[in-house]
Amino acid sequence: MISTIGWIIIWVGVFFDLLGAIGLIRFPDVYNRLQASTKCVTLGTVGIMLGIFLIKGFTPMGIKALICTAVLLLTSPVAAHALMRGSLHFGTKMWKGTILDTYGTDKLGGEQIEREDT
Amino acid sequence: MSVLVSILAIGGFLCLYRIYQGPSISDRAVGVDIMGILFVGITALSALFYDLPYLIDLSISLALFSFIGTVALAKYLEKRSLDD
Repeated sequence: MISTIGWIIIWVGVFFDLLGAIGLIRFPDVYNRLQASTKCVTLGTVGIMLGIFLIKGFTPMGIKALICTAVLLLTSPVAAHALMRGSLHFGTKMWKGTILDTYGTDKLGGEQIEREDT
Repeated sequence: MSVLVSILAIGGFLCLYRIYQGPSISDRAVGVDIMGILFVGITALSALFYDLPYLIDLSISLALFSFIGTVALAKYLEKRSLDD
């Protein structure tokens, strides 16, 4: 029973991984891509790890899967945040359909939005 | 079981397309980050499939190295030194 739940969670996780990779292809600029793919891929891989823990139980493999879950949940959003801040300071422009950029107006001296006429 | 690893490998190829195609260097950094996390999933599924517990250790270290590499890339994009 618990093993079946673990397999279902693993399938859902792999599905979310695929959705994150498709979002990496389909979205228009780097910020949308990060926002789509990082959350989906983090949730999917954490789902895979939790499924392995549910299947294996309190064996060494299950405990290591739990440790890997904690590591992923701590490091992956921090890495995405650092990458987004780095690309803002690097000067990568936002998509031309973006409406508001308060961080750029406050910290970087002007909106970081790509315009047609400039 | 091999279907699961195949789906993750398709996701890895989509990331490779983004790394090849990406208009700016930030897109390539994003592709490397996402591909690293996908490899963590592939390694963990292989550990479950072949029943080899030490592959889970490999996935933990892959997650940590992917984090370090991504933060280094972000620092490089931000034009700051690594010990700042």
